[in-house]
Amino acid sequence: MSAPTIDHTLDEILNLAAAHFKVPREKLTPDDDFFKTLGIDSLQALDLLTRLEHHFRIELPDYELQGVSDFRTLANRIHARL
Amino acid sequence: MNEFRGQTLSWQIVNGAIELALHRDPCNEIGSLTLDELEHFAATLPGLANEAHALIIHSTLKAGFSAGADLRELFQRGQEMEKAAALRGVREFLERIHAVMNALDATPLTTIAAVHGVTFGGGFELVLVCDIIIADRMARFCFPELRLGLIPGFGGIPRLKRDLGNAVVRDLLLTGRSFNVMKAQQIGLVSQIAAEGQALRVARATASQVGKFDRRTAAAAKVFVKPIPYEELKREIDIFCDLYSRPAVEEGLRKFVENEGVQPYLP
Repeated sequence: MSAPTIDHTLDEILNLAAAHFKVPREKLTPDDDFFKTLGIDSLQALDLLTRLEHHFRIELPDYELQGVSDFRTLANRIHARL
Repeated sequence: MNEFRGQTLSWQIVNGAIELALHRDPCNEIGSLTLDELEHFAATLPGLANEAHALIIHSTLKAGFSAGADLRELFQRGQEMEKAAALRGVREFLERIHAVMNALDATPLTTIAAVHGVTFGGGFELVLVCDIIIADRMARFCFPELRLGLIPGFGGIPRLKRDLGNAVVRDLLLTGRSFNVMKAQQIGLVSQIAAEGQALRVARATASQVGKFDRRTAAAAKVFVKPIPYEELKREIDIFCDLYSRPAVEEGLRKFVENEGVQPYLP
């Protein structure tokens, strides 16, 4: 099985975020600030991180996400752990 | 008193298990009021223990089990007092909460932490006094204290060392990173994982199971496998107090408390 592409990872993140936070998928774009677009606070961001870790079966230390607020950078961080 | 409804926590006996529920908004931050009520619980516990076989500690708040010590109160008190008085206050607080944690750790009841969501710092330390940790899929654990120039102060390091390998303890402490329930189970911290929102139900089933056994035997087994590291716990208070008086800690707490961004200040 070939490794997932970064675009595929990004797409999965957007799908998961849209479904969980009940935001229309078409409203989410890779460069969105996910705090603003999803309307979430830091606790909900931790919730998102946990869901992403479960989904991708990875560990992503929260310090790797400091200052990260857009889906594209988040996808890059996750991709580096796959 | 078999039932109590306080401002930060409540308890009742349900089917032979004491259920201690934390409910101080926003996420069960542990400050003076919570400590007062925890002390009340600890003082009542020997009497309650005559009518129960287990203790379940859980949170009724959606955000999680507990975000840990009330850092805003810690910072504010430090600002209101002279340094020496503030340090005395911190030491007194730590000695009081250690007495509570030690009482919970030593109770002959089988103790179960039913955990969900944020379980950080002092909240994590409260979990570590329990015999069995049951966590829901979305639980997240963390000792962030080093990120603010401190060490965990409510007994976390000795109890983490009691339960986990030293290499893992070093990683968790020295990075201050949070970790999920799969990691928590992998390193031997969490023994049962519940579906989202089901930790209390699983804890009640577990409490029911342990209630079938002879209490004296269960208490003897607990003493045998879970010694309380009293000397290290005392050292932890001394180290915490040594670190607390440094300007770097005040600055770290100030940045954390005054930060209004969506992400909390944590270096």
